[in-house]
Amino acid sequence: MLAKRIIPCLDIKDGQTVKGTNFVNLRSAGDPVELGAEYSRLGADELVFLDITASFEKRKTFVELVKRIAQNISIPFTVGGGIHELKDVDTLLSAGADKVSVNSAVLKTPILIDEIAKNFGNQVCTVAIDAKFENGEWTCYLNGGRVPTERKLFEWAKEAQERGAGEILFTSMNHDGVKQGFANEALCTLSESLNIPVIASGGAGTMQHFEDVFKLGKADAALAASIFHFHEIGIPELKQFLRERGVVVR
Amino acid sequence: MKVVIIKYNAGNIFSVDYALKRIGVEAEITGDIEKIKSADKVIFPGVGEASTTMAYLREHKLDEVICNLKQPVLGICIGMQLLCASSEEGNAKCLGVFDEKVLRFAPQDPTIKVPHMGWNTISHNGEGLFKGLPENPYVYYVHSFYATVGNDTVATTDYVHPFSASLNKGNFYAVQFHPEKSGEIGEKILKNFIEL
Repeated sequence: MLAKRIIPCLDIKDGQTVKGTNFVNLRSAGDPVELGAEYSRLGADELVFLDITASFEKRKTFVELVKRIAQNISIPFTVGGGIHELKDVDTLLSAGADKVSVNSAVLKTPILIDEIAKNFGNQVCTVAIDAKFENGEWTCYLNGGRVPTERKLFEWAKEAQERGAGEILFTSMNHDGVKQGFANEALCTLSESLNIPVIASGGAGTMQHFEDVFKLGKADAALAASIFHFHEIGIPELKQFLRERGVVVR
Repeated sequence: MKVVIIKYNAGNIFSVDYALKRIGVEAEITGDIEKIKSADKVIFPGVGEASTTMAYLREHKLDEVICNLKQPVLGICIGMQLLCASSEEGNAKCLGVFDEKVLRFAPQDPTIKVPHMGWNTISHNGEGLFKGLPENPYVYYVHSFYATVGNDTVATTDYVHPFSASLNKGNFYAVQFHPEKSGEIGEKILKNFIEL
């Protein structure tokens, strides 16, 4: 049976992991390649690397980093952040990324999804959506959750699927960082209305939250950052917990 | 030993090269017919679309070259699909090394997602590529099309229904999953191929 995926997410700035981590026994705690390899060894099913570098010049550092990740890590990885056009996608895939995650750029220029899918295949194109529940509906936000748009979560996800997205990565801004669980109701609606995989993000605080996101939220994968980085939850323990509760994991 | 990765228009072929490097194998990525013919091991990788890729292979005379290879050949993902008889993707006639047909997943149950993306288990025959592997190991898949199950099937995965996870006929080996992205299990499979 297809396993539910556990995906740690690493924020990268100027080629280094930003969020502090509690990993010991690593030569350089900030080295994303070593951290990625460690997660891979612990049983992570995939990795996501988000470039939050502000300046254009530093972008080259990220591409070099993608190359090193590809050489050293034997599980799939997605890269995101700073992708504006097809050329950016080409650069990252040529460096060895398996998938790219696009967010603001496709909200502004939806046809970019069609172009990525046509040129590189649907499986390459993860459409990330940051949305906030307000006034009874889920509004999509741009620029890392800073700028609201006219778009609504469910119709936008559906359009992204029709344009050729391979997966939807949905982050609930209401749940992100609060550690009170994922947005299971919205995730369930999303998952049932789409026929591409849905990755849940935002809200993981306990192992129970992961069981809930798979069983109640019907998510295909769950993504988290700080709880893994700070060893609040270990990936092997999490997988054992899920296995005992009948969730299929690798 | 000379290992060649066939270079053609499709997708990210570097990841296969990187995976080989991790197990200590230096491969050459090339579309050169003479180099492909004279290699000890040939890997036919790729992600892409079947009909355009077949057109490219024919145009570059790679179709005949691949079919006539006598050394061990490993097709990965689209590489495996192209070694089959035909593909529903763009209605392509393929290389025909294997008799299987490649069809699109069409689940009746709307909750089953396509592409089949992520880690799934294989049941294998324990020989060739699968020598020394545990029973039912997890491997990484990303695909919307699958090869049917037949005489050459040496491993299966059940998604929507059982399909060929791996095919073998003589010197031709093929896997639908991505060994280069399947962690230690994948590396063991690549190592088994190199040691054939």
